Amino acid sequence: MRQLRGKLAPYLLSLPSWVYLLVFFLIPLASMLGMALAVGDPLSGYTMSDNFQEFVAAFTGYEDAFARSFWYGTASTVITLSVAYPVAYWIAFYGGRHKSTYLFLIMLPFFVSFVIRVLAWEFILSDQGFLFGPLKELGLLPRNFHLLSTQWAVIGGLVYNSFAYYVLPLYVVLEKIDRRLVRAANDLYASPATAFMKIILPLSAPGVFAGFLLVFVTNVGDFVNAALLGGPGTYMIGNIIQDSYFENQDYPMAAALSSILMLMLMIAILLYSKVFGTDTIQEYAA
Amino acid sequence: MSQDDQNAGDRLQAFYRGLTQPRLTRQNFLRGSGAALMAALAPQIAQAETVTDWAAWWAKQKPTKEFVFANWPLYIDVDSDGKTHPTLNAFTKQTGIKVKYQEVIQDDPSFYAKIAPVLKSGQATGYDLMVITDGWYLTELLLQKFLVPLWREKVPNFDKYAGPSVVNPPYDPGNKHSMVWQSGLTGIGYNPKLTKREITSIDDLWDPAFAGHIGMFSDVTELGPFGMMKLGINPTTSTPADWEKAAAILQEQKAKGLVRQYYDQSYITALENGDIWVCMAWSGDIYQANSKGYKDLKFVVPKEGCNIWHDNMCIPVGAKNPLSALEWMNYYYTPEVCGLVEDYVNYICPVPAAKDYILNVIKDPAVANSPLVFPPESELARAHEFRAFKNYAEYQKWINTFNPIVQG
Repeated sequence: MRQLRGKLAPYLLSLPSWVYLLVFFLIPLASMLGMALAVGDPLSGYTMSDNFQEFVAAFTGYEDAFARSFWYGTASTVITLSVAYPVAYWIAFYGGRHKSTYLFLIMLPFFVSFVIRVLAWEFILSDQGFLFGPLKELGLLPRNFHLLSTQWAVIGGLVYNSFAYYVLPLYVVLEKIDRRLVRAANDLYASPATAFMKIILPLSAPGVFAGFLLVFVTNVGDFVNAALLGGPGTYMIGNIIQDSYFENQDYPMAAALSSILMLMLMIAILLYSKVFGTDTIQEYAA
Repeated sequence: MSQDDQNAGDRLQAFYRGLTQPRLTRQNFLRGSGAALMAALAPQIAQAETVTDWAAWWAKQKPTKEFVFANWPLYIDVDSDGKTHPTLNAFTKQTGIKVKYQEVIQDDPSFYAKIAPVLKSGQATGYDLMVITDGWYLTELLLQKFLVPLWREKVPNFDKYAGPSVVNPPYDPGNKHSMVWQSGLTGIGYNPKLTKREITSIDDLWDPAFAGHIGMFSDVTELGPFGMMKLGINPTTSTPADWEKAAAILQEQKAKGLVRQYYDQSYITALENGDIWVCMAWSGDIYQANSKGYKDLKFVVPKEGCNIWHDNMCIPVGAKNPLSALEWMNYYYTPEVCGLVEDYVNYICPVPAAKDYILNVIKDPAVANSPLVFPPESELARAHEFRAFKNYAEYQKWINTFNPIVQG
């Protein structure tokens, strides 16, 4: 009896998380897939069908928006990595006693609401704002120059908003690296660059990997940055899903778009982990 | 009284309220959301018990001493303390009816998404009066018979004082289900310092001299008519063929790089910041920007015309205090009450006679003489109502015609 209980215990203990997954993930997922197959309209109701035309229409109708979302997602994640890595590195290696203060400072802007922060950028980057206004007065920028309403404003917004989410996983792995390894490399006449490439970078690979997933997945589905900082031609798939759901009330289309986005992200993540995946990382680190 | 005592008192009061009044209980709420889930899973929606004889329904209603009013934020007068609403208090004093005023409507789509599942499952929303903009969502409520036909004889002031622009609108012929709370014009807002000339025409939104500094609305209900008015088509009576033509010219405007962005409410910030020089705009926003200190901004009703929208008071099916709601509507439709609200809200007043009241009694000529709050007849004559959709297929046709411009 006691043995049986011992065997069952882990399952019983994990029961709450299974229930959580069922209620908040599997049921919504199933209802979303069901909705994508439904036909009808919001007035007379929907009936289930077995046609996949909504998926075809969603995919062919919005391929530009899908491509754009993946481009913004990739670009913003790569840029975030290149900015966040030096910062995390500096805090982990040179932060000294004040490490937690620096981390707190990085988190600080995130105590303010997401939308307010994006609106603040809209104000800072405005054509005649305190950033570009004086530069234009001095003739350093052409009078017609603007950053808002371009894709770079959107990508910039995404980078800004995902910055902390990349610094933290990077900091965690960099902090754990055994400094004696670096010293040993120096003793063996490795240049600082070689030591970085051969010791630090491989050992921090798990952080790079985890942060990439975290940031990439959120950024591809984002719609706030595009709505507030973008212009005509920066519509991301998140904006289209929002429009289909709230404005057009085309629930099957919204559901089909969301399913396709999820599927594409899953494929991207699987490919990514196949190439840079956990196995490779462990090999690399060993 | 200490803070604790006060809290305990509040709790006790709430407890008694709970005992004596039917309200949206948690059980009802769960039933509502359960129904919404069922609707999503196996979408065959159970219809509420439908009332067919509304005259008999009204005759059965008993007078009550309160009603719940759902409205948009900053849409009624407030006292200097920022909390109490003088007109509501005066109404309570005169009639003994308490108003539970709730600023719960941020925009039509999300408010509709909140009440629709409740209404579809045959439950009461908990609101007795709500303010909905004319457009697809109001049409949708009407098509599903979610709005109570009004007992017009109880609102004599409407026939006495309502202005011509709010009587018998195309979306609700004969004002059978709705009466306007406030209206607004969608014309052109611009900054003459940046455009360096006066704006008079919708053609100015296609002027290459302003390339990259022209703002348009992302809401396709508002955007479409501007394309039609440029082509000389009346949007109110337009056909799908007209929509195609309008979409083509709007697409051309975008392809030429004229449009800076398709904006939601944030256009007003962009105008204030000088990012855009000329933009589709709501009259009330420009009025408020002017009084905030952005004095340069101007509003114009283009010579081709403009859109007029209306926010409408209506009673949802299942309302518990419909007679009180009607009494309020009748109370609102007087120059005195409308005038008081108008002096604070600054959109377009449904009661033209309020102008004299604001001028002579409240003595606020800035509001009374503003062409933005009380537009001259000549301008109102050029205002076009939105196209009222007959069914979802028509609405979807409209959406599919104009969405590619905004989303492309």
